[in-house]
Amino acid sequence: MDATTSLHWSRNRPPQTALSRFFDNKAVLIIACLLPAVGLLSVFLTYPLGLGVYLAFTDATIGRRGIYVGLENFEFLFTDPIFWNAVFFSVFYTGIATIGKFGLGLWLALLLNQHMPFKSLIRAIILLPWIVPTVLSAIAFWWIYDPQFSIISYVFVDVLGWRTTNIDFIGSEWPARFSLIAANIWRGIPFVAISLLAGLQTISPSLYEAALLDGASSWQRFRYITFPMLLPILAIVMTFSIIFTFTDFQLVYAITRGGPVNSTHLLATLAFQRGIPGGQLGEGAAIAVSMIPFLVFATLFSYFALARRKWQQGEGND
Amino acid sequence: MSNASTAAPETMQWDSRARRMVLLWIPLSCFLLILLFPFYWMTVTAFKPDAELYDFATHNPFWITSPTLQHIRKLLFETSYPSWLWTTMMVSVGATFLSLFASTLAAYAIQRLRFTGSQYVGLAIYLAYLVPPSILFIPLATMVVQLGLFDSPMALILVYPTFLVPFCTWLLIGYFKSIPYELEECALIDGATRLQILRQITLPLAVPGLISAGIFSFTLSWNEFIYALAFIQSSENKTVPVAILTELVTGDVYQWGALMAGSLLGSLPVAIFYSFFVDYYVSSLTGAVKE
Repeated sequence: MDATTSLHWSRNRPPQTALSRFFDNKAVLIIACLLPAVGLLSVFLTYPLGLGVYLAFTDATIGRRGIYVGLENFEFLFTDPIFWNAVFFSVFYTGIATIGKFGLGLWLALLLNQHMPFKSLIRAIILLPWIVPTVLSAIAFWWIYDPQFSIISYVFVDVLGWRTTNIDFIGSEWPARFSLIAANIWRGIPFVAISLLAGLQTISPSLYEAALLDGASSWQRFRYITFPMLLPILAIVMTFSIIFTFTDFQLVYAITRGGPVNSTHLLATLAFQRGIPGGQLGEGAAIAVSMIPFLVFATLFSYFALARRKWQQGEGND
Repeated sequence: MSNASTAAPETMQWDSRARRMVLLWIPLSCFLLILLFPFYWMTVTAFKPDAELYDFATHNPFWITSPTLQHIRKLLFETSYPSWLWTTMMVSVGATFLSLFASTLAAYAIQRLRFTGSQYVGLAIYLAYLVPPSILFIPLATMVVQLGLFDSPMALILVYPTFLVPFCTWLLIGYFKSIPYELEECALIDGATRLQILRQITLPLAVPGLISAGIFSFTLSWNEFIYALAFIQSSENKTVPVAILTELVTGDVYQWGALMAGSLLGSLPVAIFYSFFVDYYVSSLTGAVKE
């Protein structure tokens, strides 16, 4: 009887081959699990990041490895008005677009947070500009900004009669800059609105009830409940938005390609133009590397916002 | 709402309805109109014959009097649009599977096989998400040339995970967190190995998270532009966004009809995909932000 039971038991046990025992070792398993992700990220992200910094100090061109030239690339760039113009426009573009995106996005999130019919349908439609490939919607904007056949000009000139000439959207410096910023805001609103809406939905209604009982006006409710409760998520979304607006490439490349006369180059488009079609890899890398201090600043901002949020919720480090 | 409380009930009701109109429906309609107009304009342009397209005086530009398929026919039969679509599809599917594989394992290791420093690995992966492609494409281009992958879709499949893996890993860490650990403990007591637990217990429960991560990766790969622009040179290997911008824009006269038709067709796959999985998109977008 005893023998049959043990036989029975051993037959039912899962097969333990040497390989499966090897993989059941926790240390081995951890390494095996992390290897694909960490390997991919080290080879295609960390290494290129270092290589990019190194390239910025060389005179590499396409097809030539280049030698170390110290700060020569940066010295050249610092005397280059086109570079400074790109720095200025990157900061200006990021600043104005962020204000626009977050102002309008917060407004839209507050609108969507109310009770209304077809709520989920409206929410689905709103995300559309964010889902569609940026370059393709940028081409649509390019067509909307066409000097001759712009639909906006048509409305202003022929329908409303407010102007007599077509609007020059992307033909001269400042209008081109603001046209690009408008397209960027258009693309950014959905992401901001939907993220902030998620934040709004986590705010407990009892806070508003308490405030109503205390006689708070709707502005006071926004100022003292909604805004402070939304701040942590706002900080994170804003960090992401700032990083990806500052390093934006697609919109500018699709609509103006840095023109007219280099006035709408962002650092990313200038780096591309000098580095890939221009062949000056070293110089392009130097332009790209000069974006890093800004990104480090934005990342630290994000990290402290996250830390603050954990502290607010009273959570441990998990 | 609150300041109308002193008024008589009927006035209050009317008042709140008017208020709602002004404060909710009018701004909301403006938002929807502005957010959707470029797509409407894209669609209208894609089906308009050239004669109408460039003549606002005799035809109302907001409408099509005689719709035509000439732009779409030109796109499908006179350009290599089908092969661009095929390349984009292959690259997106390949990159999505590669990143899902890598990030599922990584998320499982970080969230469930807790080890010393696992939170730092998680933080490092999060930081990797903050490194934008714009500062990586030049060194990556030199690497791609050295690896002999220049002009090959394989380069894109290998490079896209750099921005997909961090995102998916964070999404899946959040998902694994929501699966009760007790289930795994039970399986451990029953003598299951760690890999069996991952395959038979955790992964089936994490399917919604995997779907979210998968559709997000697919969309992000479909939309990617700068790497595809820098690494691919020959016309037939280009992805749709790059090809429309570089192959259809020829000379000084832009073929707006064909350009808009191309943009519309290139947006449709993700838009259709999106319409099937809206809830997953919204939950993963908000989930990833909240994590």
